Amino acid sequence: METLEQIQARLEAALPSAKIEIVANECAAGERSLLVDAASGFAVAKFLRDDAQLQLDYCSNVTGVDWPDKELSEKIKVKQVVDGVEKEVEEVKKTIRPGFLEAVYHLYSMSLKHGPVVLRMRTENRADKAHLPSLTPLWRGAEFQEREVYDLYGVIFDGHPDLRRILMWDEFTGFPMRRDYVAPDDFEYEPTPHDEVLVEAKKHYPVEPKAEVKS
Amino acid sequence: MNTLATPPKNFEVKPKLDAKGEELGELLEVSMGPHHPSTHGVFRMDVVLDGEKVVKLKPVFGYLHRNHEKIGENISYLANMPYTDRLDYFCSMTNNWAYALTIEKLAGLAVPERAEYIRVIMAELTRLQNHTCLIGFFVQDMGALGTPMMYAFREREKILDLFEEVSGARMMCNYMRFGGVRVDVNDEWIAKTKKVVADYSKFLDEFGTFLTENEIVLARTQFVGVLPKDLAINASITGPMLRAAGVNYDLRKVDKYGIYSRFDFQVPVGEHGDIYDRYMIRVLEMRESIKILEQALRDIPAGPVMDPKAKLRGFRPKAGEVYGRVEGPKGELGFYVISDGSPNAYRYRVRPPSFINLTILEDMCLGHNISDAVVILGSVDIVLGEVDR
Repeated sequence: METLEQIQARLEAALPSAKIEIVANECAAGERSLLVDAASGFAVAKFLRDDAQLQLDYCSNVTGVDWPDKELSEKIKVKQVVDGVEKEVEEVKKTIRPGFLEAVYHLYSMSLKHGPVVLRMRTENRADKAHLPSLTPLWRGAEFQEREVYDLYGVIFDGHPDLRRILMWDEFTGFPMRRDYVAPDDFEYEPTPHDEVLVEAKKHYPVEPKAEVKS
Repeated sequence: MNTLATPPKNFEVKPKLDAKGEELGELLEVSMGPHHPSTHGVFRMDVVLDGEKVVKLKPVFGYLHRNHEKIGENISYLANMPYTDRLDYFCSMTNNWAYALTIEKLAGLAVPERAEYIRVIMAELTRLQNHTCLIGFFVQDMGALGTPMMYAFREREKILDLFEEVSGARMMCNYMRFGGVRVDVNDEWIAKTKKVVADYSKFLDEFGTFLTENEIVLARTQFVGVLPKDLAINASITGPMLRAAGVNYDLRKVDKYGIYSRFDFQVPVGEHGDIYDRYMIRVLEMRESIKILEQALRDIPAGPVMDPKAKLRGFRPKAGEVYGRVEGPKGELGFYVISDGSPNAYRYRVRPPSFINLTILEDMCLGHNISDAVVILGSVDIVLGEVDR
């Protein structure tokens, strides 16, 4: 199979508007991946599937990753005047990398028996702009998996034919696989009329004696 | 191939009209499951029926959902190994192997020769018992109540006894480790396994006499639930279902993970993609598994079963990401792990084969009777522990 650099070069030639980066991976296996901007994600995926040299006809794995806001700190040298003498002082500069959600696709070729090419797309943020193009129109195998990513991470796949919750029940709110998700104390709690009755009834209870504070 | 994938069918079910435009008959909506004996667990199908014909079918699941992936992200790498047993509880050995293989890829661990052989033996024994049980179950879905399943379970018992002897547990084996296997097998165990394997082809002959040319089996399975080759590839179907549709894609041959390149075996491939082909592929795969087992049991060398460099406590692989996959009995079982250098995974994902194989359940069932939908579901081979995770 071609190297990722070759694929990137051919993609940029075929689709000049696409922004494609190669994401490094430093573990032992070291499979690098292609990061594509959401706007041209569908066109890039279609190219990868239909290209005669690649023929990535099999979308094996689709998954989401949550990257919350992260504080990055780097040391920079700043010139400062200390006691009338100009000195170079090290300072820690803190920047906040805004959080995003990511969808990762592992693509293989069944006809040429090669792969994987790892494709990733990132949403703008984790709240109101968590949209990505759906690749289900290209690979039917992504249908349930994109539904799962929507269900557990809250990525909205535009163009998905049937985007509903799949593992959690329909009435569930929240996205349990996000890093900052806090599980409720009682999943099955439902407000009942008794709650109001209990609040009303509390008026009639004897007032609890407060603990006396000795001074 | 410039087309888009076929979208899932029948979002709206329109009433059937006669020539004058008046409604003919009534459509019946049936919620099949979750507590139905033939849905292989807590699985539900929302079916719309026209008489007995299926006009719409939506699988509904998640009843066993326990967010396995979140659990895996909150505990250490090693502590997650027993949880993988619970995914597909028929095949805990292959689940263990897939997870161990992924983490070995992530951390760059080597596996000693003897451990590789033991892994192959365990995986092929798992394949034997999974396929045997599946055939028992789905013949039961066709109405052969009890007897074939009991024969299948009798054989499975012999293999589970072997697992119990070496790992201490019959189903939740928790046997593989990163860089090897937990305990070594002894010569007595190998002799016993040789005997079980030698007897197995006799059992398959016997089982085949009952089923392969049985009139009812032929009538109920041939040209029922046909899955075309293009759709199978496009919908990421893997395992025996894919090969029954006529695609020669077996990870044991494609990826050659472990030491599978050393064994002489073939990949059976079907022609029609119907239920009968799926049944036959599984029978033939069992014959190939027996061939692999015979070779592995003959050639297994002496030596250690753990990589001495592998560290079980305080295991912190370097930051990075990895996707590892094996050919499980149900299809491609993959694990995707992102490490951030801490003792537990930043992202841990399971690619469950039977979950993805359900994508085209509706396409296979449309136009068939409701009784066929049961058999088609049986031939997909699902385990809800893995579908729901």
